[in-house]
Amino acid sequence: MNRIQSKLQENKKLLSIYFTAGYPNIDDTVSIIQDLEHHGVDLIEIGLPFSDPLADGPTIQASSTQALKNGMTTEVLFNQLKDIRKSVEIPLIIMGYFNPMFQYGVEAFCKKCQDIGIDGLIIPDLPVDVYHEKYQAIFEKYGLINVFLITPQTSDERIRYIDSVSNGFIYMVSSASTTGAQSGFGNEQTQYFERIGNMNLKNPQIVGFGISNHKTFSQATQYAKGAIIGSAFVKHVTNNNLNTIGEFVKAIKTSDS
Amino acid sequence: MNYNVNEKGYYGEFGGAYIPEMLYPNVEELRQNYLKVMAEPDFKTEFNQLLKDYVGRPSPLYYAKRLSETYNTKIYLKREDLNHTGAHKINNTIGQILMANRLGKTRIIAETGAGQHGVATATVCALMGLECIVYMGEIDIARQAPNVARMKMLGATVVPALSGSRTLKDATNEAIRDWINNPVNTHYIIGSAIGPHPYPDMVTRFQSVISEEIKWQLKEQEGRENPDYVVACIGGGSNAAGTYYHYLHEEDVKIIAVEAAGLGVDSGESAATSVLGKEGIIHGCKTLLMQTNDGQITEPYSISAGLDYPGVGPMHAHLCKTGRAEFMAITDNDAMHAGLKLCELEGIIPAIESSHALAIFEQKAFKSDDVVVVSLSGRGDKDLQNYIDYFKI
Repeated sequence: MNRIQSKLQENKKLLSIYFTAGYPNIDDTVSIIQDLEHHGVDLIEIGLPFSDPLADGPTIQASSTQALKNGMTTEVLFNQLKDIRKSVEIPLIIMGYFNPMFQYGVEAFCKKCQDIGIDGLIIPDLPVDVYHEKYQAIFEKYGLINVFLITPQTSDERIRYIDSVSNGFIYMVSSASTTGAQSGFGNEQTQYFERIGNMNLKNPQIVGFGISNHKTFSQATQYAKGAIIGSAFVKHVTNNNLNTIGEFVKAIKTSDS
Repeated sequence: MNYNVNEKGYYGEFGGAYIPEMLYPNVEELRQNYLKVMAEPDFKTEFNQLLKDYVGRPSPLYYAKRLSETYNTKIYLKREDLNHTGAHKINNTIGQILMANRLGKTRIIAETGAGQHGVATATVCALMGLECIVYMGEIDIARQAPNVARMKMLGATVVPALSGSRTLKDATNEAIRDWINNPVNTHYIIGSAIGPHPYPDMVTRFQSVISEEIKWQLKEQEGRENPDYVVACIGGGSNAAGTYYHYLHEEDVKIIAVEAAGLGVDSGESAATSVLGKEGIIHGCKTLLMQTNDGQITEPYSISAGLDYPGVGPMHAHLCKTGRAEFMAITDNDAMHAGLKLCELEGIIPAIESSHALAIFEQKAFKSDDVVVVSLSGRGDKDLQNYIDYFKI
């Protein structure tokens, strides 16, 4: 069983953290992963930076631009991660846009992920129908789970289709937006979370976009298996020393922060 | 060989809709409706009426006598520069604003580089009384002040794109992000034959009025519908798509696509995508684009803001790959001199984009009885400062 699938079977709400590889410094990748695991995070999304991140808000855009300036490339990231499985057990997902993977070669990319011990991929601009038709067999050959996004505008029919193609979890985008923190969830979101919950999908859902603190994490995980924090974490490492990652994670998990 | 889009949204291997799920409902709504709406008699009537009475179509097909004598061939200029707002861009924005109306959209967004598409969009929004937000790179805002003022006078809000290189590519990113954040009431008027399917096809169809007119105009003047060559400059490629459209499957018509070589194709400062680009994904479609080996999209360069784009539309990528079109690259310097030559020989000040297409006559010999139709896609008013600086006028 893939590490993501095992983690999803644990009887707890999952905290997933996204960070941009190569940010704030080019060589922070491994230590950030080790710290996040050490402080009890359940899943990690390693952002492979892209020059034109269409689905991202200003925080992740800026971190991507800086990471590229720092010299991050697909090859550099794979080199940094080559021994990562000697030190961590946590499920690892690479999140990135399709063009860098396409240039690397989709099969070569997937094979490299398997060699390193990457468990899954999130590729926002690779649509489910293209994946299904052209790439699913390759992903499966290398034991990779591909994660798809759904939004409040996604039709039930399409959600069923995405559910049928998925074999890990569904990334439930909290609202119609690019990435970045919001102040909290309103009626519209909770109704959407309930609607999806009532569909009894075979894949559990993890909520992303707009999760930034204990309150939004708790709200989201009332309805879903877990929640993903991206921009808020990137902001934290922008403004604070990397040795405070533990405090950030603790503040998300506990209410008295 | 089929050069039109297939039912899955591809031109050969290029095209498709590589979009985040957040955009799927918008793009899918458009995909399901665009052909149906364009076929409605009411839509056609309104579109044609506006092209005639508001844009000023048909645009003349002008036999450029002195230019023809200079190059010893028969050169016709398709005068898109005489359209309202000064370029071919308005053909598409008229079509898309009517489309937006039919789809019940109340808010319009657009990207712009030099500002021509932004002005054309602001114009049709004023015409229809719709809210208009135009994204423009911060650097372009600084260097295209007159067009920024035009858009504001027309009631549009101009939002600076502050990310990345702060030019057209980033303005497009910001417009797409706006669409993600406003999925219900907003229509995105893309200005070129790029973007996810059905945009390249829809924009091409709205621009195809150019070659539709060339056919009957040439018949009147030359006694035949088909020229020997059709020539157009290419950034994203909307004027080219419209100029070629009705000739794509006419085998006796040769197609020439003119890209901006900037300071030279090998200079590192160029926008010649067909030479420098590789297959990849940009702004929602698979096409040829300029990128690093690592798949990061790079910054093109051209003196002409309208050709300063790191990709070409997927239709053009297909025309390039199949050899249906001959691609030529023209430097800043050659384009500027071709522009000046048209002023002197024909009394027409062309946009620098169009000057690239005119410069091919210095590089390529045509037969004396060849009929060559060149799309004069825009007028040079917007480029006056560039011409002044370049030639120290």
